[in-house]
Amino acid sequence: MPGPSDDGAPGFETPAKPGVRLQMIAALVAIIRRDLALALRLGGGGAVGLAFFVLAVVLIPFGVGREPETLARIAAGIVWVSALLAALLSLDRLFQADAEDGTLEQLMLADAPLEAVVMAKTAAHWLTTGLPITLVAPLLAVMLNMPGASIPAMMAAMLVGTPALSLTGAVGAALTAGIRRGGLLVSILVLPLYVPTLIFGARTVENATLGLPWAPPLLLTAGISLGAAALAPVAAAYALRITLR
Amino acid sequence: MELRIESITARRGGRTILAGLTASVPGGRALIVTGPNGAGKSTLLRMIAGFLPPVSGRVVLHGDEGPLGGSALQPRLAYAGHLDAVKPALGVAQNLMLWAGLSGTGSAEVDRALAAVSLETMASRPAGECSAGQRRRLGLARLLVSKRPVWMMDEPTASLDRASAEAVSALVETHCEGGGIAVIATHLDMGLRDPLSLEIAPFDPDRPAAPGGDGMSPRPGAEDPFLAGHDDAGAFR
Repeated sequence: MPGPSDDGAPGFETPAKPGVRLQMIAALVAIIRRDLALALRLGGGGAVGLAFFVLAVVLIPFGVGREPETLARIAAGIVWVSALLAALLSLDRLFQADAEDGTLEQLMLADAPLEAVVMAKTAAHWLTTGLPITLVAPLLAVMLNMPGASIPAMMAAMLVGTPALSLTGAVGAALTAGIRRGGLLVSILVLPLYVPTLIFGARTVENATLGLPWAPPLLLTAGISLGAAALAPVAAAYALRITLR
Repeated sequence: MELRIESITARRGGRTILAGLTASVPGGRALIVTGPNGAGKSTLLRMIAGFLPPVSGRVVLHGDEGPLGGSALQPRLAYAGHLDAVKPALGVAQNLMLWAGLSGTGSAEVDRALAAVSLETMASRPAGECSAGQRRRLGLARLLVSKRPVWMMDEPTASLDRASAEAVSALVETHCEGGGIAVIATHLDMGLRDPLSLEIAPFDPDRPAAPGGDGMSPRPGAEDPFLAGHDDAGAFR
């Protein structure tokens, strides 16, 4: 077998200060690309969340009846609850798969703080769940007879609200990363924390339907996401460090 | 460059595993950590890597950039543990590309690393098709693309055939010749030319403390000048 390099001694990277930040961004982009590549593989769960969302929304009219008025009244709630459940579906594997195969240890040694690594992985989770769900939601809203005027409000609320689902969920996923079959535990830990997003997200749509101003609940929905973006990476990184001990 | 382990004490689940362990590895040398199962070889490596915070003591890398410890030390380390961090759904080269991306290493380097561990013929196959030994070699190739000065390897030659094990030893030799440091926990003889050695005995709470206050000092495997304790403890932090 040949040696590792045939052009002299291997050079070790000791990046100068300005290079450190670039290196960190490159590392985070590499993590996002890796997680997207894995999600799109068979069994990666990328399309599962979306399919679950569509099925859940489609199933409910079978249960509650097909009266257009009833469906229009509960459409916002159906879409939001289904979105929460779909986001949960792939959360349990967010860190668990990496904890099981040793990837987590390697990510601890990456050129970026673990908090930033958590943020990158959460962004990848949102790109494969929250974003596609938001894009498909208008079709399902039409199917549920939601008034056309409410649909832009619903999309706006989902766009700014679903990041909170991935971020809050990351904390639950980090806490259960070392536990086998921790999926159910994640749901129990995380679903109560989804309540504020559910309330204000659904309220945004309802206000639009009733002709009331829908900016205030929309801004509150966005505020929850921003708060989660500030707190969740720190909490999740702390939980992951404990998992590795 | 010098990696110093300064009177480190480790506890896991309330049980003391290492007590007051001190060792030092200068640049260009490999440290072979031996000891019976459960003595704390893996714990020592995980503690150097910062996964397990020590109860007392610290690990510091002295180099051009001054002393580095804790989270500043982590980006200088490459760790190959019992788990190979290989994603079976991705290709062999693709797995390595992702790790190379984390270190800003190019694809030419990836090809070279694959050749160094004799996996070039597997490059485009899914990593799920790898045997245990091939997966281990892929995990070790990650050290090559990481470009880190300190390698930590936990039983690197487990599940490797003799030729592959010799190749891994050659990689470690090359790394050390380039000025790098390797800390290797193993009970197989890797046939390295001139390694330092550290033998860890299982912690015995009844054993009287060694003179000097250390609960347990490593029993130097050879007459080894590098295993002497350092008096400058407490200079950083």
